[in-house]
Amino acid sequence: MSDSQVSPAPERAVPPPGEPLVVLDGVNKRFGALHVLRDIDLTVARGEVVAVIGPSGSGKSTLCRTINRLETIDSGAITVDGRPLPEEGRELARLRAEVGMVFQSFNLFAHKTVLENVTLGQIKVRRTPREKAERTARALLDRVGVGGQADKYPAQLSGGQQQRVAIARALAMEPKVMLFDEPTSALDPEMVNEVLEVMRQLARDGMTMIVVTHEMGFARSAAHRVVFMADGRIVEQAPPARFFGSPRSERAKDFLSKVLHH
Amino acid sequence: MHVPLDLLDDLDLFRRGFFGTVLLTAVSAALSLALGALVAACRVCPVPPVRLVGTVWTALLRNTPVTLLFLVAVFAAARIVGVGHFALAVGALGCHTSAFVGEALCRGVGSVPLGQAEAARSLGMTSWQALRLVVLPQVGRAAVAPIGGLLAALTRNSAIAGAFGVTELFAQQRRLSAIGHDVLGVFVWIAVAYLLLAFVISESFRLLERRLAVAG
Repeated sequence: MSDSQVSPAPERAVPPPGEPLVVLDGVNKRFGALHVLRDIDLTVARGEVVAVIGPSGSGKSTLCRTINRLETIDSGAITVDGRPLPEEGRELARLRAEVGMVFQSFNLFAHKTVLENVTLGQIKVRRTPREKAERTARALLDRVGVGGQADKYPAQLSGGQQQRVAIARALAMEPKVMLFDEPTSALDPEMVNEVLEVMRQLARDGMTMIVVTHEMGFARSAAHRVVFMADGRIVEQAPPARFFGSPRSERAKDFLSKVLHH
Repeated sequence: MHVPLDLLDDLDLFRRGFFGTVLLTAVSAALSLALGALVAACRVCPVPPVRLVGTVWTALLRNTPVTLLFLVAVFAAARIVGVGHFALAVGALGCHTSAFVGEALCRGVGSVPLGQAEAARSLGMTSWQALRLVVLPQVGRAAVAPIGGLLAALTRNSAIAGAFGVTELFAQQRRLSAIGHDVLGVFVWIAVAYLLLAFVISESFRLLERRLAVAG
């Protein structure tokens, strides 16, 4: 896994060629009177890393959660690998197993050890034999740098460690795409980088990723494309160098002037 | 004060009372746990009428004295032929405690963050798997300590059954006194027996709690 690209290119303007993997078409979502997603069209190609940024309340987390149907949509269509999202039930469960999700608040299973957290889905959903599941889990835990914590409970780990376990748990299902819903927002500042480094490595390895984030550095260096949202709309999208260098919309200029301090 | 050992002569009477209490408590506890789980399930059910049933059951039974429940049970039993006093006592105690067990389980459900179920479903678990593998074990963990307390209280409440013709510890106290044993002495032994039961229940729940507890 270390023999991919030599170094993270400062500009990765051209998304890798690939067929569409996640497609949102005219998606609308309301919470009561609040129109949180307005006519969202978004296509993410296989192997592409998309950073979704924007002010709080712009709908970016909701967008992320609609892709594995943790949030239902009111109109429009979402397809993953060519298949429309099914209704709640076994079909949807099968699809969710192929879409990895990493939450802001980690959501590791509190009553299970780190190792069990990473094997549970494999054993119960994929019906993988325990021994094989544990081998996979240990390899993944090593890969995200928490191999030594396998027998501890989540509460015994730091936030950064917990989030890396959560990434390993999602990867254990061998997902086609990984969704990250503000994965570093609940972390102490000194732990942000250890998580971002794991995500960068994942991006270098060619994983398709949709990352809702406030980490502009990550968006700039690891994403192929930046999607800027405000008020439930995609206001602007561009390769990171162009988006951060010369944003076109007033909303994006205003947002960047507030989050980039230098 | 001398130790009232003369009770040993009528140990059999005492023993029947003791096991009467144990049996009554055990069967009532089983009923209250089963009913309590059902009540909790009703109360977290998304269907409003079902939820109402759970809420009414809880409100009604939590605020009714157990003695009143026994009276209702005996009154109803006069019409239903073939139901013995033991079954009535179990019904009254079990229903009474079920409301509290339901409450403890509901609080347990409330203590599990929504994100736990979301994470489970994100891994591809069905709703049932998420409930069984992730949510319920954590509900159980949170509810073990309060339920232990409720069952200890149930043991004490079971004494009321003695007044309604069930052979249990407290009823035997009257019989033992009636056949000439020192009243105070009998009380001491009865108290010791209840203490022992309460100790066994609370200790076993403490062990269970420790076993389920998550380190850290």
